[in-house]
Amino acid sequence: MKKTYKIEVDCANCANLMEDAARKTEGVASATVNFMTQKMIVEFEDGKDSKDVMKNVLKACKKVEPDCEIEL
Amino acid sequence: MTKKQRKMLIRIIVCAVMLIALQFIPVAGIPELILYLAAYLIIGYDILKKAGKGILNKQVFDENFLMSIATVGAFVQAISTRSGDYVEGIAVMLFYQIGELFQSYAVGKSRANISALMDIRPDYANIEVNGKLEQVDPDEVSIGSIIIVQPGEKVPLDGIIIDGNSSLNTSALTGESMPRDVKEGDEIISGCINMTGVLKIQTTKEFGESTVSKILDLVENASSRKSKSEDFISRFAKIYTPAVCYSALALAVLPPIIRMAFLGLPAQWGVWTYRALTFLVVSCPCALVISIPLSFFAGIGGASKEGVLVKGSNYLEALSQAKYVVFDKTGTLTQGVFEVTGVHHNSLKDSTLLEYAALAECASSHPISKSLQKAYGKEIDRSRVTNIEEISGHGIIAQVDGKSIAAGNSKLMKKLGIPYDDCHSVGTIIHMAIDHEYAGHIVISDVVKPHSKEAIAELKKAGVKKTIMLTGDADRVAKQVAADLGVDEVHSELLPSDKVSEVEKLLSMKSEKENLAFVGDGINDAPVLTRADIGIAMGAMGSDAAIEAADVVLMDDNPLQIAKAIKISRKCIRIVKQNIVLALIVKFACLALSAVGIANMWFAIFADVGVMIISVLNAIRALKVHKL
Repeated sequence: MKKTYKIEVDCANCANLMEDAARKTEGVASATVNFMTQKMIVEFEDGKDSKDVMKNVLKACKKVEPDCEIEL
Repeated sequence: MTKKQRKMLIRIIVCAVMLIALQFIPVAGIPELILYLAAYLIIGYDILKKAGKGILNKQVFDENFLMSIATVGAFVQAISTRSGDYVEGIAVMLFYQIGELFQSYAVGKSRANISALMDIRPDYANIEVNGKLEQVDPDEVSIGSIIIVQPGEKVPLDGIIIDGNSSLNTSALTGESMPRDVKEGDEIISGCINMTGVLKIQTTKEFGESTVSKILDLVENASSRKSKSEDFISRFAKIYTPAVCYSALALAVLPPIIRMAFLGLPAQWGVWTYRALTFLVVSCPCALVISIPLSFFAGIGGASKEGVLVKGSNYLEALSQAKYVVFDKTGTLTQGVFEVTGVHHNSLKDSTLLEYAALAECASSHPISKSLQKAYGKEIDRSRVTNIEEISGHGIIAQVDGKSIAAGNSKLMKKLGIPYDDCHSVGTIIHMAIDHEYAGHIVISDVVKPHSKEAIAELKKAGVKKTIMLTGDADRVAKQVAADLGVDEVHSELLPSDKVSEVEKLLSMKSEKENLAFVGDGINDAPVLTRADIGIAMGAMGSDAAIEAADVVLMDDNPLQIAKAIKISRKCIRIVKQNIVLALIVKFACLALSAVGIANMWFAIFADVGVMIISVLNAIRALKVHKL
């Protein structure tokens, strides 16, 4: 399952860090952050609840870039 | 400006005013320190906070950390040496923030610009309810509904015109500025702007499936597919920042120790710490990290404005290295529509011969018959035709106005024992016999597009090494077309599956760094489109299969667009490379200069912010591709 989320991030490097953080989160099969369109595309592993996973993704992203925001 | 940016601007102004005022206010000692400290915190508190959070979250090495260490270091040094030169640390932070603000403003601005370029999303659809027009969300219109599009409005959904005629402006989709005339019965695609007449349209697709949605989806997701350059930079940034931090530490500690222990000189801790701090200021990787995605985004945006949809940054990069361009002849270089191109050796008038041919073939729906009927151009009176006999693989024999008409290939003439003249023209030849007398022949061929020749020449100019044409057509036809257009290599009489193996052969022959682009019309060539390094589908307005299979979609069917797409990609990649090289050279030069003590902190911050501004401005150039 693939879902797109709107994000808010100010610097391109932070976007890359968020992408890394999201990819390492459990339940995420793959993640791409598009800095220019301010979007995060997350593909979830089978059988995972996207809402639970995204909570952890947000937590992980906040760790690398406290200023970021993901619209869940 | 957003709220965040406005707040930043105010902070910058307040800090700058304070700095200037402090030069004239006669304070010294502790009050002076407190005032400077206030100015520093106003401009830099968020950076310090982020750096602190970073350390807590074990994400130490980022630019916030670099800037905090450098500026706090400068401050501490000013206090410890009692020089009272607090300005430096504050100024560095100030310029850093100005740079950040500029960057966020420029990126936001170009984001808005590019989004506006691609703004083909219709806001509403008109539906007639009890004789009155009502505006509804295009999402709510179901298939088969009747919608009304007034002059000046965007066509919101794909459909068929059931009433009215008009000119359409398709430039937002195709980049083509010539309006397209449409009439009742024509298919119409969403995203065009209706210019002159009122159109009544029966929708054939839901909004989500309509052309406009597909295109928007494609373009918006394009920059998510990252190019090699982007991967390189993000990997680079990951190693770079920690490496710089450790180098700075080494620069601060090692030389003084060496001086003390081995050379017997004074340690000069202050000098080396200062150099290390300057080193940190120079090292910010922002210019690199921001300018590359921005260049690609601008390039993709500029291309889509010209009717060239590139599905990802990686494809844009691959396209720039296209050295071989393989065409599927029909539909790309030629119209893919058969037309009567000549009537030869005829005893009767051209029009009379065509009339007989069209009448004899009136029952057939073969493309050849269709083109004959089209060339005849008048209504066909079927009552004039009797006893139609179709001889498969040969042609047709029929009675027209009481005369026996035979229309077909040379095999038919041989079968009937009628002597015929062979034709030296290229194309499909229809021999005609009237009452067993040879009456001449009609040549039907696929017409070359008006810009094909120019397009091949343009490709060569754009640096393409070889152009290759693949076709299922007869060898003679293929060679003639290739010679006319200036194509380098031809492979003819191919079945669809042969095309894949031909492309595979070509792929194995070229070197790793050169890419092969395959251009098709999106019909029946999906396997080849996916097999090639870059699949280009053209004339794709409304063809879903092509949009799915291809990496680059040309909305227009003008072959000149291929060269344009390559030029756009080259320009974009050139800009990316310029930015990488510029940033790296300036960075490393400044790092070296600061290590040996030539560059001071002012120099460092100007170099950092300057490179960033130049590369952002350079990146925005990728948007301007109209004149390529």
